[in-house]
Amino acid sequence: MEDESPKHGLVGYGTYFLTWFALLVLTALTVTVAGMKLGSLSILTAIVIACVKSSVVLFFFMHLKYEAPVFKIMVLVVILVLAIFIGFTFFDVSFR
Amino acid sequence: MGNRAIAEHAPAAGFYEEKGRFSGLFAWIFSTDHKRIGLLYMISILILFSVGVVFGFLMRLELVSPGKTIMEPQTYNSIFTLHGVIMIFLFIIPGLPAAFGNFFLPIQIGARDVAFPRLNLLSWWLYISGVVFALLALFTGSGPPDTGWTFYAPYSTQTGTNVSLAVFAAFILGFSSILTGLNFVTTIHRLRAPGMSWFRMPLFPWSLYATGWVQLLATPIIGITLLLVIFERLFGVGVFDPLKGGDPILYQHLFWIYSHPAVYIMILPAMGVISEIIPVHAHRTIFGYRFIAYSSLAIAGLGSLVWGHHMFVSGQSYTADVVFSLLTFLVAIPSAIKVFNWVSTLYKGSIVMETPLLYALSFIFLFSIGGLSGLMQGALSVNVHIHDTAFIVGHFHYVMFGGTGFGFFGALHHWFPKMFGRMYNKTHSRIAWFFLFVGFNMLYFPMFILGWMGMPRRYYDYLPQFHTWHLMSTIGSWILISGLILMFANLIRSLRKGERVGSDPWGGSTLEWSISSPPPKENFEEIPRIDHGPYEFKGASKE
Repeated sequence: MEDESPKHGLVGYGTYFLTWFALLVLTALTVTVAGMKLGSLSILTAIVIACVKSSVVLFFFMHLKYEAPVFKIMVLVVILVLAIFIGFTFFDVSFR
Repeated sequence: MGNRAIAEHAPAAGFYEEKGRFSGLFAWIFSTDHKRIGLLYMISILILFSVGVVFGFLMRLELVSPGKTIMEPQTYNSIFTLHGVIMIFLFIIPGLPAAFGNFFLPIQIGARDVAFPRLNLLSWWLYISGVVFALLALFTGSGPPDTGWTFYAPYSTQTGTNVSLAVFAAFILGFSSILTGLNFVTTIHRLRAPGMSWFRMPLFPWSLYATGWVQLLATPIIGITLLLVIFERLFGVGVFDPLKGGDPILYQHLFWIYSHPAVYIMILPAMGVISEIIPVHAHRTIFGYRFIAYSSLAIAGLGSLVWGHHMFVSGQSYTADVVFSLLTFLVAIPSAIKVFNWVSTLYKGSIVMETPLLYALSFIFLFSIGGLSGLMQGALSVNVHIHDTAFIVGHFHYVMFGGTGFGFFGALHHWFPKMFGRMYNKTHSRIAWFFLFVGFNMLYFPMFILGWMGMPRRYYDYLPQFHTWHLMSTIGSWILISGLILMFANLIRSLRKGERVGSDPWGGSTLEWSISSPPPKENFEEIPRIDHGPYEFKGASKE
C-alpha cells in the first residue's frame, strides 16, 4: 500500500485559537437557538450546529484537514450514517 | 490428494511450536498472533455455545407437554433470556469473525498478522471480561435477568432481577466487537499483499470488511443504549419513561438500530464462508464474483436501515412502518443475488460432496427458508398476526442457526485440516451433518406452524392443541443435540488421531492453501505477490 502519512508541518497557535473561538461562538449560538422556540426545527438546528462543531474539532484539532482523502471519506461516511440513524428515528416521532 | 500432499510436506507443528516470551497457557492468553487469538476465541465461543445449547435443551424439555414439566415459570423466563444472551452476544456475533476471521483474514490477504495485534488480544480479553460479567449476573444480585435478550424498556428498567450487570456485560462485549471490526477494516485497507487489489481479494475478507463497518458504526449505539438502561435503573433519569417526558419506543429504536444490523454481523461472515466453500468443492471459479462482493456491502448498508420492522406493532408511526417495510423487501435483493450466484457456481462444476459442501448446501436451503419467512413478516398485514409468535422464533433460528450456525460448522470442517494439520473422519462427519440437518428441521419447522396457529413466543405454557407440534420440536432438539455431540466428538478426536494432511487437501486456490498445515508463524516466509483472482482453479491449481 502506498504511504499515506500526513505531509504537513506544525499548525500555528493562531489556527488553534481561531478554532477555539469558533467553537465558543457556535456554543453560544446553540444556547440562543434553544430559547427561540422553533418547534421541531429546534432539534434539527441543534444537531446541525453540533455537526459543524464536531467537524471543526475533527478537521483542526484532530488534523483531519491534513490527512489523505481516504480518511476524510471514512469520517464523512460515519457522519452520514449517524445522520441517517438520527433522521429515521426522528422521522418516526414526527409522524406519530 | 491429501496423501500426495503429505509426501510433499513433512508433518509440521507450524505456529503451535512458536516460542515466545511465555510458555504453557500464558503463551496463548498473552499471544498477539492472530491465529492463536482466533483459536482462543474459538475455544471460548464453543464452550459458551455448549452452555447455550444446554439452556435451549432445557427450554424445549419444559415445553414437551403443557403445564409445568421440569421448572418454574420464573426459571423458564431466566433460561430463555440466558439462552438468547449467550447465543447472540457470546456465540453468534463474535463466532465467525472473531474465530475464523482472526485466523484466516491475514492469511487470505497475504499478511503476517492483523493491523493492530495488541488491540486484537485486548478484544479477546474484553470478550472474556464480558463473559465473566455475564456469568456474575447469573449468580449474584436478585436472580438472573428475565427480560429476554432484547432488554426492552420499561420492563428492563423496572424488573428486580440482575439486569444491570447483564447489560454491562453486553456493553463490554460491544467494545470487543468494535475493536475487532476496527482491526479488520484497517487490516484490509493497509495490509493486502502487493498486487492484491480489492477485486483480487477472496470473498471471505470482503464479507469481513462489510461486517467490520457495521460493527464499527452500529455497536456504539447499543453501548450507549445499554448504559442508559443502567442509568435509568440506578438514577431514574427518565429517558424511556413517559411520565418524565421519555419514550419507551425510543428504546426499541436505539436497540434495533444496532441489533438488526447485528443480524448482518452474524450472517455476512457466514455468507463469506459459503462463498469460499462452494468454489473449492465444486472446483470452479465463483460465478458473479463482483456481484457477491458488492452485495455484501449492499446488505451491510440496506440492512442497517430496516430496524423498524421489529417495531410494526410497537406504536411507531404508520409512515415509519411503510418505509421500513419497503426497505425490508429491498434488503432481500442482495441476499438473493448471493444465493443465485452460489447455485450458478455449482452448475457444471466438478462437485465433490465433502462435508463442508454439505453444510454449505444446507446453509443455502435453510437460509432461503429463513430469509423468505422474513419477507413474510416484512409485509405489514401479516406481521400484525405473527408478531411475537413462535413463527418469529422459527424464522430467527432458520436464519441464525440454519444460516450462521451451519456456516460456522461448514467453516469448521472446511478449514479444520488447515488449522490443525489433520483430517477428521469424513464418514462420521457426514453422519453428524445428517443428524444436525434432520434434527434442525424437526426442531424449528414446527415453530412456523405453531406461530401460524397462534402460539406466542416466550410462553411457559400452552393450549392442548399445540401439543403435537411442541412434542415434535422437542424430539427434534434431541436429534440435533445428538448430531452436535457426534460432530464435536469427531473433531476433538481428530485433533490427535486424524490423518495428517498437506497444504491443500481440498484443491483450493486462495492463499491459505498455499502454506503448510497448520500455518507457520507469521504465515509466509516471503509476502506473496498476487497476479490473479482468488478463484482461478485451472492455472492456479495445486495439482
